[in-house]
Amino acid sequence: MINEHEIIETMQMFNSQHLDIRTITMGISLMDCAAPTVEESCNRIYDKICRYAGKLVETGELISKKYGIPIIHKRISVTPISIVAAACGASDYTPFAKVLDKAARTCGVNFIGGFSALVQKGYTNSDKVLINSIPEALASTEFVCSSINLASTRTGINMDAVRDMGVIIKKTAEATKDKGALGCAKLVVFANAPEDNPFMAGAFLGPGEPECVINVGISGPGVVKHALEGVKGKDLGVVAETIKKAAFKITRVGELVAREASERLKVPFGIIDLSLAPTPAVGDSVARLLEEFGLETCGTWGTTAALAMLNDAVKKGGIMASSYVGGLSGAFIPVSEDEGMIAAARSGSLKLEKLEAMTCVCSVGLDMIAIPGDTTAETISGIIADEMALGTFNNKTTAVRLIPVPGKTVGDSVEFGGLLGTAPIMDVNRASCADFIHRGGRIPAPIHSMRN
Amino acid sequence: MNSEKNTAVVTVLGKDRVGIIADVSRLLADYGININDISQTILDDIFTMVMMVDLKDLVIEESDISDKLSELGKKLGVQITIQHTGLFNAMHTI
Repeated sequence: MINEHEIIETMQMFNSQHLDIRTITMGISLMDCAAPTVEESCNRIYDKICRYAGKLVETGELISKKYGIPIIHKRISVTPISIVAAACGASDYTPFAKVLDKAARTCGVNFIGGFSALVQKGYTNSDKVLINSIPEALASTEFVCSSINLASTRTGINMDAVRDMGVIIKKTAEATKDKGALGCAKLVVFANAPEDNPFMAGAFLGPGEPECVINVGISGPGVVKHALEGVKGKDLGVVAETIKKAAFKITRVGELVAREASERLKVPFGIIDLSLAPTPAVGDSVARLLEEFGLETCGTWGTTAALAMLNDAVKKGGIMASSYVGGLSGAFIPVSEDEGMIAAARSGSLKLEKLEAMTCVCSVGLDMIAIPGDTTAETISGIIADEMALGTFNNKTTAVRLIPVPGKTVGDSVEFGGLLGTAPIMDVNRASCADFIHRGGRIPAPIHSMRN
Repeated sequence: MNSEKNTAVVTVLGKDRVGIIADVSRLLADYGININDISQTILDDIFTMVMMVDLKDLVIEESDISDKLSELGKKLGVQITIQHTGLFNAMHTI
C-alpha cells in the first residue's frame, strides 16, 4: 500500500525538484536503407523513420499524462550514416543530413542523432566523406546531431581523425557563426562511445543494436540536491547512501516509462540511462549539487572528489533499480547548460583544466564549453587528444563538445537559448601542440586492453 | 498485489476553501471514477488532499482525465494531478 508521505514526496520531486524523463529516444536501424544512389537511399531512410517513429511523440505524451511525469524530449537515433551511405558512393553526405532533418520534422521530434562515424581504428572512404560533410550538414539542418568515435580502449586513439576533427570543428563554427557557432553544439567526439546512448548530441544506434529499440534517459540533479539538503553536516557515508536512494527512485520512474513506451509502441526496451543532466533552470544544476557537498563554488579543491562520489553513487542506485542500465549513466557536467557551472566559470573558480580533471570521474567529458574563436584547429585537436587519452586509458567514455565562437574572446559569452543555455568564453592554454598533432598515426591501445 | 489494477492517485494542493472536496468528487463521479480512499490534511497552510481512485468504470478516454482535472484546478485555484498507481509502486516498493 502506498502511503501519503511517499505520494507527497513524489509530487515534490516533479513539482519543485525538476525530476523529469529527459528523453525517450527511439533507436532505428537504417542498415537496410543502403542503396546504390543517394536518392533511393534517402527515400528509404525517410520512409523507414516515419514508419517506425510516427507515433513516438504521441505515445510519449500519453504516458506523460497517465503518470503525471514530464517527458521533455522525444528523439530518434539511427545507424551511423557513414555505414548506411557507403554503398551510394557520393562525395557529399549533406543530402542524408537533410533527409534526417525532414524525417525529424515529420515525426515531431526535436533532435535526431546519427550523422556519425566510428573511426577509432581508421577511416573507411565513407567515414572521410561523412566527416568532411559535417560543417555543411550541420549548417543546413536544424535537428540533426553528429558524433564521431575517435578512440577506444580496445583500439587506441586515431590521431589522424583527432587532427581532422580540430579542423572540422573550426569549419562548423565558421559555417554557423551567425548563430553563435550553434553547429558545434550539435557535434561531439567520443572515446568509447556507448552504442545505446539516448542523449544528444551523441546518440546513434550502434551496429550491434537491434532493428528498433526504446532507450530512455532520465534526469534529476534537483532531486539529489534536495535529498542532500536533508543530511547537512553528516559524514560522507551518509551522503553516498542518500544519493543511492534518490538515484534508485528516479531510475524506477525511467524503467516504468521505458516499459510502458516499449509496450505501446511494440518496440523492445533497450536501456535506462540514468544521468544527472542539468538544464539552465535554477534548481536543476549539477554544479549546485556538488556545492551542496560543502564546496563554496564548483571548481574549487574537492570538486573532483565530490563528483567521483556522486557519479559512483548514482550508478549504484541505478543498477539496483533496473537490470538494463546503459548509455552514459552518471553525472553530466556541461558548462552552458548548467546555471551553477556558468556562474562558477564566470567567477573564475572553474577553469578548463579543472573541468578536464573532473571528466576523469564524470560520465562524459568536456561538454558545451565555449572557447575563443581564434583558438587554432591544432589546439582544439590537442584538447581532444587529452580527453580521448583519459577515456582510452581509464576505460571509460569521454567526449568533447567545444564551441570556438568566431569573433568572441575571454570575457564574452554566447547565448544559444533553450536547453543549450549560455556559455561564457573560457580561456585556453595557448602554447602550441601543433607538431604533436601533425605527427598523425595511431596511439596504440593501452596494455590493459589485452584482456583475452 | 495485483499491479494490473487500474487505479490512480489524485492529489489536490493549494489554498483551502469551501467545497474543494465536493467539486473534485463531483467531477470524478461524472466520469465514472470511484473513490476508494480519501485523506486530507493542512500542511504548512497548504490544503493537501490525496484520493485513491478506481478507473475501471471510466466513461472518457484515460488520457483526457488529467486535462479535465487540471482545468478544474485552475477554476478552483488549486493544483490537481492524477497519476497512475504504477508510478508510486515503481518508486517506493522493491
